[in-house]
Amino acid sequence: MNEKTGTFPEPALRLEEISKSLGGRLILDAVSLDLRKGERKVLIGPSGAGKSTLLQCVNCLVLPDRGRIFLKGEELDQSDNRALRLFRRRVGMIFQDFNLFDHLTALGNVGIALQKVRGLPKAEAESRAVEELARVGLEGKASMYPAELSGGQKQRVAIARALAMDPEVILLDEPTSALDPELAGEVLTVIRDLADGGMTMLMATHQMDFALALADEILFMEQGRIIEQGVPSLLLAPGSGTRTLDFCSRLALGAEGRI
Amino acid sequence: MMDWPFYLDSVFPALNRGLGVSLQLIVPSALLGLAGGVLLGSLRVFGSPRLRRAGDMYTAVLRGVPLVIQLFILYYVLPKIGLYLDGFSAAVLGFILCSAAYHSEYVRGAFLSIRQGQLKAAQALGFSPLQSIRFILLPQAMRLALPGCGNEIVYLIKYSSLAYMTTCVELTGEAKVLASRHWRYTEIFLAAGLYYLCLTSLASFILHKIEARAHIPGFGRQK
Ligand SMILES: Nc1ncnc2c1ncn2[C@@H]1O[C@H](COP(=O)(O)OP(=O)(O)O)[C@@H](O)[C@H]1O
Ligand SMILES: [Mg+2]
Repeated sequence: MNEKTGTFPEPALRLEEISKSLGGRLILDAVSLDLRKGERKVLIGPSGAGKSTLLQCVNCLVLPDRGRIFLKGEELDQSDNRALRLFRRRVGMIFQDFNLFDHLTALGNVGIALQKVRGLPKAEAESRAVEELARVGLEGKASMYPAELSGGQKQRVAIARALAMDPEVILLDEPTSALDPELAGEVLTVIRDLADGGMTMLMATHQMDFALALADEILFMEQGRIIEQGVPSLLLAPGSGTRTLDFCSRLALGAEGRI
Repeated sequence: MMDWPFYLDSVFPALNRGLGVSLQLIVPSALLGLAGGVLLGSLRVFGSPRLRRAGDMYTAVLRGVPLVIQLFILYYVLPKIGLYLDGFSAAVLGFILCSAAYHSEYVRGAFLSIRQGQLKAAQALGFSPLQSIRFILLPQAMRLALPGCGNEIVYLIKYSSLAYMTTCVELTGEAKVLASRHWRYTEIFLAAGLYYLCLTSLASFILHKIEARAHIPGFGRQK
């Protein structure tokens, strides 16, 4: 088990007052957060709270209107496209709907960025891709195309693809919510292995039991703001009266449905 | 009955000569037209708003004006502003400009039908916009556009006969000249038609081979 917040000295990722409006509406309202090396934080909150937008603001897939982003203490210059690309290489991203490259095999999906972005020779990129596929338990599927893989396998390829870039932080946006429960399990196992390996993670999820087992801290988001945060055992203590507890118990009752 | 000597001595040599010219028209027009169409289609999707508008306008004009008129403009009107093209060049240029417009429609549609999340995934891995287009989107778009572009090339083979309008004597031109010299329209035009049929069949065959080679399991059927 991982020690709790406070024992991670090194800052990995820091967001300061990130704001974003979309379609004339304020979607993120001055959100700040800190992630230290090896730390795992889980974003929860109702659908539409802004979790996906926040995650995509971290690596500027959605450009924040305001706010500062730091990786290992260095501030990212959001207006410098080259700096942005270098930054994105260091921050892995896992999407809810996998977003595999449809024209490439599992091996190609994992290898292409190694070749084209990191500039590895083809053979080296391939052997690294083979390794990463093995790490997520897909050594036998290297030559399969996305359409030939199950949802769980697709998401594991996506994880291997992110890991191959040796990211310092991984962002996961509801990595299992597009999956049937029996397929979600295999993805959760991979994510748990990653966590055990000391990966720094920021993850949005509705999988509460998993979040509890994994999270050093829970961030509860609503209407573009983090309104509660803390270690799971405190936020979710029976009778604590937190919004988080209320949300989670409704989630458990299925009131929120699959989001 | 078949008048073999007539075919062997007059028809085939003339039509073969015409076929040679037709091929010289078709092959560069097909290749450059496709290349131009890919470029134009990409610009119409990824270009700045101004470029996009210009590309859309170009396409609308070239699709909206009969090709014969375009060829006449290249051949008869350009000289008035000091640009002289011989019949062959005017025809090739006209074919390239026109088929690029049609190809660009297929390419544009293909780009727009690719799942957008893949672009985000590429960006998130550190691809530049140009790299994302080159390595992720274009290979998919080309596969999706291939059937449409293939049809366009088959059309090109047929409308290459319009080169006759710029006094470039290709397959149709040779047939016409020969037919009016010998007053034997039926045999000669039937033979010319067969020549075109062979060309389009050959092109379809090659295009199917390419499609089969480019095929990816499950790709292009979903969505
Ligand atoms: N491109 C966009 N234009 C306008 N509104 C958007 C856009 N993207 C997201 N939103 C809105 O932003 C809010 C937050 O969305 P999102 O970050 O996806 O929430 P979550 O991931 O927590 O469900 C939602 O109300 C959504 O409708
Ligand atoms: Mg979301």
